[in-house]
Parts: sequence; structure tokens; C-alpha cells
Amino acid sequence: MCTKITSKEQLLTMYDNVKELIEKRTTLQEKPEKYHISVCGGTGCMSSKSEEIVKSLKHWAKEYGVEDKVEVAITGCFGFCERGPIVKIFPDHTFYTKVTVEETERIIRRHVCSHDVINHLLYKNNNGERVFTQENIDFYKKQNRIALRNCGLINPEEIAESIAAKGYQALATALFDMTPDQVIEVVTASGLRGRGGAGFPTGLKWKFAKNAKSKKKYVICNADEGDPGAFMDRSILEGDPHSVLESMAICGYAIGADEGYIYIRAEYPLAIKRLRIAIKQATEMGLLGDNIMGTGFSFNIKIKYGAGAFVCGEETALIHSIEGKRGEPTLKPPFPAEKGLYGKPTNVNNVETWANIPYILLNGASNFASIGTEKSTGTKVFALAGKINNGGLVEVPMGITLREIIYDIGGGIPNGKKFKAVQTGGPSGGCLSEKDLDTPVDYDSLVAKGSMMGSGGMIVLDEDDCMVNIAKFYLEFTVEESCGKCTPCRIGNMRMLEILNRITEGKGEMHDLFELENLATTIQSSALCALGQSAPNPVLSTLKEFRDEYVAHIVDKKCPAGSCRSLLNYEIVTDLCLGCGLCARNCPTNAIYRTDKTGANARLNAYAINPDKCVKCGACVSKCPAKPKAIKK
Amino acid sequence: MRTNEEMFNELDRFIEQECNCDEQELIAILHRAQEIFGYLPMVVQAHVARKLGINVSKVYGVVSFYSFFSMEPKGEYVISICMGTACFVRGSDKILERVEQILGIKNGQTTADGKFTITTLRCVGACGLAPVLQINDKTYGNITPEDVESIIAQY
Ligand SMILES: Cc1cc2nc3c(=O)[nH]c(=O)nc-3n(C[C@H](O)[C@H](O)[C@H](O)COP(=O)(O)O)c2cc1C
Ligand code: FES
Repeated sequence: MCTKITSKEQLLTMYDNVKELIEKRTTLQEKPEKYHISVCGGTGCMSSKSEEIVKSLKHWAKEYGVEDKVEVAITGCFGFCERGPIVKIFPDHTFYTKVTVEETERIIRRHVCSHDVINHLLYKNNNGERVFTQENIDFYKKQNRIALRNCGLINPEEIAESIAAKGYQALATALFDMTPDQVIEVVTASGLRGRGGAGFPTGLKWKFAKNAKSKKKYVICNADEGDPGAFMDRSILEGDPHSVLESMAICGYAIGADEGYIYIRAEYPLAIKRLRIAIKQATEMGLLGDNIMGTGFSFNIKIKYGAGAFVCGEETALIHSIEGKRGEPTLKPPFPAEKGLYGKPTNVNNVETWANIPYILLNGASNFASIGTEKSTGTKVFALAGKINNGGLVEVPMGITLREIIYDIGGGIPNGKKFKAVQTGGPSGGCLSEKDLDTPVDYDSLVAKGSMMGSGGMIVLDEDDCMVNIAKFYLEFTVEESCGKCTPCRIGNMRMLEILNRITEGKGEMHDLFELENLATTIQSSALCALGQSAPNPVLSTLKEFRDEYVAHIVDKKCPAGSCRSLLNYEIVTDLCLGCGLCARNCPTNAIYRTDKTGANARLNAYAINPDKCVKCGACVSKCPAKPKAIKK
Repeated sequence: MRTNEEMFNELDRFIEQECNCDEQELIAILHRAQEIFGYLPMVVQAHVARKLGINVSKVYGVVSFYSFFSMEPKGEYVISICMGTACFVRGSDKILERVEQILGIKNGQTTADGKFTITTLRCVGACGLAPVLQINDKTYGNITPEDVESIIAQY
């Protein structure tokens, strides 16, 4: 189908022709004639062999002679990565988790050939019940998928599937039925705020770029996704690349730009591949490129690769990087809307921000604004990870509480451990503790509590995590990623890191805490860009919420979570030691020796650790078969 | 093994035909050069600078700024340990330590026989499988320090 689309009617006719592709999936039907099996092709599931699963499903369909009764395709991330690989069967909506290649024969033989559900592949809810469909899984109940609406539904490598999911209709509406000002009005009225971290109102940003006088303007999609431990943007690009392309073209029309760039991390090969396919297909169909849908409006999109520098997520640094230079930020103003890429007015938005735009144009600003809270409308995607039962990608309405996300969706903390803190905002954000769990998740409430929304990383920590060490982890990250252009960030953050190192090694003193706070406030007010300004946040927020842990490191020379190595002392409790010698055999430094005392076993002598040789690697603890373990730290 | 000349020819074709010798394409050119040569030694940087008509210092400035670019050759197998937050809180530092111990080299180094290089990276997007380790393009998830030895032994 390489015919170019040259009018809105043509796009709608095409939609009518292909919409069945999606409809037959979304309308629930039991014991159907034909099945469609979607296998998750997100990075997480891909690494657990989803490609082989597809191959193997196809193979068995052939073996059992049911090739015409079943279609197998890769789709975008379902979000339930913890239970991957995920296989969803349409139209009866059966949702299988942790599928292995070995199970594929059974899926074809039992599910496809005899309409029989395979019980042990179904997910068990928190109450122990097996559930058949995605909608009934606790993990999905409180979610509202807008930005991720097509992830897990369509095959991202087929533009027909995107069109069947109403792709490019918002662009057609904008081009044929609206003026640029009307487009900006709708986006403004929706209340959409930037999902890249800062939360700046998107409509307002577009207006600035529209008002800038220039023949040449640019649109940029920020797909640098620098927060370590987050993968929202990547999943959107992998699962629904057309939505992002469509939105960029809509913005181009609204602000008067004809060229767009997607700045993406080179570490995202799958997203890059799918974007390339999407751009090619959309251009062939006349939905992108020159003279879009016969309107005379042209918009071309190019992909530019990042090269592993966190600061390049900052918009001025990103622009320099696209220009082929070192990605150092520059002072704002001038804002990119006045003087951006190649000195021309430029509008930069984040991937998730883009993914919301078609929904807003098709469903109306008030529909979008009715979701979420008054000042934070719509939904937010989080990459829920860390010490959590059901980690993965979740999209929730703004205003939901942290408790709901962590317990109702995430299923709480594994292994019966106690919740300690939740970190949002990545290296620029902060940690909140138990007492703040009922805080609604919106831009302003999180900031008021000393954290921030950030781009969507949400890391749950339990009692075994040392908060000083976590603060150090983030600070190490920013120190490594500091571009070095301004002194407060280059040197100030380094000094803070040195203090944290001292504290975790048991060499801290009480006045170090004062020193930390002092440095932090200076850096916040004097660093050049938001990377430096926000770098002290993880330290300040942990100091505020978990000050006693810092004090324990300094005064008692103890790490309450048992995580800081220099403050640990491994010891074998003679009375519990079985004398098996497994610890001694696994000790990399031969620090464990047999004593002349008997322990729990009258026939074998107990072991002991020589503290001078011990490197505190913990290998002995993990090998000790005694219950309770005979080795204490 | 391709000869040096073939590799430089391929790079030149890319610079001339796909980038029009435009210095704004410097990062794309360096990506391609690293693909071709495996790393970016000074001769390659100087060559790129000459082709684009810019100073070597400018090329070097960009190469040294971005962590993706390497001025050292890498081993046949690159073992990358994810040090993203999700992996970190699930103990990836212990995985790194174990890999270092087994290979007898530190993060960033290559074994004397040129077989293994250890690197770290930030979030491979498989946080649900944390901690995660990659060897070239293959990803291993939910690993413990005890698993490391048998994984490396496969190579
Ligand atoms: C150090 C730093 C890193 C950033 N990293 C990202 C990023 O990875 N992705 C992103 O979309 N925005 C990032 N931002 C925010 C961008 O500067 C910019 O605000 C955003 O792309 C604007 O898009 P939005 O309004 O749609 O959020 C970063 C900002 C700073 C200061
Ligand atoms: S933090 Fe390691 S895969 Fe995300």
C-alpha cells in the first residue's frame, strides 16, 4: 500500500479499511475462529527471548496445521516487565506471563487448537487468584494508559496498525480543520505540562516559538532519557513511534517549522530501528515529508544520536550536541524558543509529552483536563523499579498517591521487608519516606515535600538500603556527568562527594553535615544549568528525611542498613556454626579458619573470620547453610 | 580482517557521501568511525579533522566529552554491568566486583589477551530483570554474584 494519502477523506477511508485490525483485538470474544498473539518486544522482554518465542509459536502453528487460525506479532512494551516475557492473546484477552520458549507448543496446541486456557501461565493476583485478562490484574487496575495507549496493542513496525489505531488523524484534523493558533489553544487548554522533568506548560512553550519571528524554525524531540534507571521514553518509541512523529508534525504546523530532529541515545538500538522504519513508512504514505496529505505543508524529521552524556538531556546542551559540538549547556535566556538550533527559534519537548498530543487533539482539551488534578492534568508514566514486587512501566492519573502506586499497583515490597523510601526525579530528585506515602503525585505536591516529579524514574527502597549510600550513588553520577564548565558544579559537587565518602567509611564528623548543607545551598544558587543546581537534591532530601542515619554513621560508626562495607564487621557466631567449611572454601582471601571450639555440630569444629584479611564481600554469608545464618554483620 | 586502507576508505565514503564533509555531522561521523575501527585512536581523529577541515583539538574535544567514544581498543567481548539505579539497589556493585575478581582487571580495563573488557552502563531498560549484565549484545538478567563465573565461562 504505497499510494500516497492526499486528503483527510483518504486517511479516514484507509482507517475504515484497516480498523478491523485493531477492533478484532479490542472486542472481547471467546472461542474465536482466529487468534492474534501479541508477544512483547520491549527491551526487557526481548532480553528474555521474546524473539525466539515468536519464532517458536509460528513453528508450532505450522506443525499443528493452524497457520491460518493464528497470527503472531511483536508488539510494544506491556509494562509488566517483572513478569516478562508477556504474551497476550486476542480476542479473548488472555494474558500470559513469564512465558518460555518451551511453553509455546502448549499455547498453540491447547489455547489455539482447543480453546483451552493454560492455567499456570496466568498471573496470580495479590489475593492468590489466577486472572485471565489484563484488565483484572491488580497491576493494571489503577492505570490509565494515554501516552502508552498503543504500546502492547499495535505492531510498531507496521504503519497500517498505527492508522488502524487512529494514527495521523490528529495531524489531519490540525492541517485541514484548524489554524495554528487553534492548535496551540487546544494544547494550552488541556493543561499539558512537559513530561521531561521541568513541567513547563506545553501550550505556552509552543506559543513562544510561534511568536518568534523567523522564516526557519525547528522542532526537537528530546529522547535522551538520561535518568539512570528509567525507560519510559524508550518504551514509547519502541512501542508507538508514529505518535511521536505525528505530534512533531502537528507542532511544526502550529509554530511554523518544517524540520524536526529526534535526539536519541545511541544506546537505544531497538528504538532507533523502529523510528527509522516509522519515518520511512510515514514518508512513503505522504503523512510526513514534503506536501503532507496534499496540503502543501512539509515536515521532515531526522534522527541524531547522543553519545552518552547525561547533560545532553538539558535542552541547550542537546542543541549544541545536534550541531556536532561538545554538549555543554549555555545560560538561558535566550531560550531555545528565541534562539535555538543553528540560532533559530526551536521548540523542544520530551517523548512522553509528544505522545499525549494526538490524544488531546482527537478527544478534546477538556477530556484530557478532566484526568488528573487541576494543576497537573492527564497522566504520568513511571518506571517503577527497585525493591518492588511488580516493577515495570506504569501510567497513572496525576493525583494518585505514592501508596497506591507502590502497594496497589506495585504489589508492595518483596521478601517481607519493610518499606523505607521512594526516590523520584532521578539524580535531580529526592527521597520521600513512609510518612509522605499519601502525597498525591503531581508536580507541585512532590516539590512541596522536597522531591520532584522528574521524568518518571521511581525507585523503591527497603530497610536494607542505606540512605547515605543512595545519596552518594546519585552524587557520583552527577560528578561523573558534570560537563565541567562551571565551578560550583565541577568542584562543589566533588567536595560533597568526598564528604559522603568519608561518612560512609566511618571517618565523618558532625560538622560535615553542616558543611554538606552549606555547600548544597551554594551550588543550588550558583551552578550554570539545572544539572548542577539540582545535583545536591538527593543529599538534601535524605539529610532531611533520614538525618539519624547520617548521625549513626558519624557518631556510632554504624550503618543501620548494614550496607556500608567499611562499617561492617563480619563475625561467625560459634554456637550457630555447623562447621561445614563452605564459607572458608568460598572466601576469596582465605580469611576464614577452623577454630578449636565446637559449634552447633558436636563433631566438627566451628570456624572464625580473621578481620585483618576479611574484605567484607559477603560471599560467606550467601553460602552459609545454617538457619539462622551463623555469620553476622 | 580488513586492511587499514579499506577501513579508511569506508569512512571517507561516509564522510563525503552521507555527510557532505559537514562538520555539524561530526558526532555521526565519529559513531561510524568507532563502528569501523572499534575505537577512535589519534590517527583516526586526525584523519576526520583533515577531512572536515577543522582542528584536531576540536575533534578531540568532542571525543573526550562523550563517554560513548573510546580512545582505547576494546576486547573481543565487552562485559557491561548495568549501574542504573534499579540495578544498583539490587546489588549490581557486587556483580561488578565479582567480574573484576574473576578476570583480574578493573572496570574500564581489558584483559591482557584482548578477550574481555569490563565497562559499566546506565540502565539498559530491563530494570524488571535487575541486576543486569550484558556481554556484547546478549543480556543476562536476575543474576547473583555466584552466577557470574558460569556466565563468563561460556565465552
Ligand atoms: C541535566 C538535565 C538533564 C535532562 N535530561 C532530560 C532527558 O533526558 N529527557 C528529557 O526529555 N528532558 C530532560 N531534561 C529537561 C530538558 O531540559 C527540557 O526541559 C525538556 O526536554 C523539555 O521538554 P518538556 O517540556 O516536554 O518536558 C533535562 C534537564 C536537565 C537540566
Ligand atoms: S537500571 Fe539496570 S536495567 Fe534499568
